Amino acid sequence: MILSRRAMLGGMASLAAAPARAADYVITPVVIGDGIWMVRGADEPIESRNGGAIANIAIIATPAGTVLWECGPSLRYARALRQVAERLTGARIVRVYVSHLHPDHGMGLAAFDPAIVAALPGTIAALAAQGQGYADGMYRLLGDWMRGTDLILPGRAIMTAQEDFGGRALRLLALSGHSSADLALLDERTGMLLGGDLVFNDRAPSTPTAVLPAWRASLDQLQVLPHGALLPGHGPIDPAGIAAIAQTGDWLNWLEGALTQAVRDGLDMVEAGNLPIPDRFAQMAVARYEMQRSVSHLYPGLEASLLPRIDVKSAP
Amino acid sequence: MRRPTRLWVALMLMLAPASAGAIPPADPLGSPMWSAHARTLFGDDPVRFDPRVIVSFPMIAENQRAFPVVIDSRGIVGVRRMILLADLNPIPVAIDYRPAHAAPYIATRIKLDQRTPVRGAVQLDSGQWLVSGGWVDAAGGGCSAPPVSRVKGDWADHLGEIRGEVWPMANGQRRVRLSFRHPMDTGLVENIATYHLEALSVIDGAGRLLGDMDIWASVSEDPAITLLVDSAADATLRVAARDTNGRDYRAALTPARQSPMPGGR
Repeated sequence: MILSRRAMLGGMASLAAAPARAADYVITPVVIGDGIWMVRGADEPIESRNGGAIANIAIIATPAGTVLWECGPSLRYARALRQVAERLTGARIVRVYVSHLHPDHGMGLAAFDPAIVAALPGTIAALAAQGQGYADGMYRLLGDWMRGTDLILPGRAIMTAQEDFGGRALRLLALSGHSSADLALLDERTGMLLGGDLVFNDRAPSTPTAVLPAWRASLDQLQVLPHGALLPGHGPIDPAGIAAIAQTGDWLNWLEGALTQAVRDGLDMVEAGNLPIPDRFAQMAVARYEMQRSVSHLYPGLEASLLPRIDVKSAP
Repeated sequence: MRRPTRLWVALMLMLAPASAGAIPPADPLGSPMWSAHARTLFGDDPVRFDPRVIVSFPMIAENQRAFPVVIDSRGIVGVRRMILLADLNPIPVAIDYRPAHAAPYIATRIKLDQRTPVRGAVQLDSGQWLVSGGWVDAAGGGCSAPPVSRVKGDWADHLGEIRGEVWPMANGQRRVRLSFRHPMDTGLVENIATYHLEALSVIDGAGRLLGDMDIWASVSEDPAITLLVDSAADATLRVAARDTNGRDYRAALTPARQSPMPGGR
């Protein structure tokens, strides 16, 4: 009794001390299956008008407590998310999965005890190496939204292919290609597949750390994995769970082919970034923006492999 | 925010007594460095802003170490010189190009050290300068972070490697793409001295100079340059470049090398 009152007082005090703008993040869980909700990110670039809340997040109620899939871009977001999720399920958060290193998915993990935050070993290593750079970039783009957010590493390296929470089993798929380590999650009860950023839907894929052959191989694996609906890392839920995988692969293949041809045709990066985008991608959000980012990521490598050597020994 | 303003005031005080000549027109971009750069670069030559100088770049500076820019003034007759400038870079001028027998067109990639105007300035035979450009938002550090090849430590293994190709164009000109392996050290990174390509020229088979340029360290590591030159379709083009250590670079672009494209090195 005393303990719970103290916990309650503590909770109220922390609510009162929370920055006034904490309420600015609008977190609206939408039920997508039995005991599983999504919080949709904005289908936009990371900008101050969205506070960086662009990644899709899932909340899963289990007999052992609440599980979060991703925790958002900032401390402020993750604290608000925790409140919303625990009110929704009535149970404390016992596990937070971070799918990969990009800051829109996991920079908010500072709001949790690192011991309950799990990520692939490759993600933890990548965060240790590059996380501070991402944090700097997020502060520059988002300013006050990021206040108090520090780079914290997940405390649990995922070494198993499954975790069981009081009878609700979650399959953990260690994949890669969007980054050096990408986690996907299959909720056995509902068949819901959480694709992380391996899968985008009607929102152009981003490629800052992409390794395209590995990404394609991961998509192939997800395609054949028996599953129901699919929550992509960005964009709306895919009810049948296949179209978004196919669309992501289609975009990556088109992108690589178009940029390869651009190098062969002698285009410069600016010109390559202005190449037409096929009509079949017309419904994709931020297609031109991501395409120009991808030119920056992929073009120098394509030039280095496609343009022939022309140097000759200089006369003394 | 305060520091650039103070710097600007200091520069203006330094420059004010020396300025007897023409006053440059007001800057549509409102850059704090416009007046200072205009006096230094254009002296007493007349200057005006002209949208026919088309300066193109992507909508986002995804990589502040390699930001692609094209200056295209093919809509203007009599361009003899083109300058690529980023006002707020510590090394503001990236390239000063003289297209002797070439279209007034250049594409390359530059470093951005902060949010800055990026401009193209072209000089006509009359001496007049025409200027255009826009603001680019960028994360800091493009000029003051070490090159990737310095961090990896393999820059010297690849120094002198040049890649390139020539394509015929419908108008009879030829599109030349060149890419050099070079660290392009700015001198603004601790314990790494300035070291960059500083001169480049393209010559046709008859020894005729098609175009030449001065290059500064604000051009990206591993510089990539695209030009449009006048030359016969079957002529071999020769490229000569020099860096600040006096190392010479030579390349030959022969029609036979154009195609087919090899898959690797």
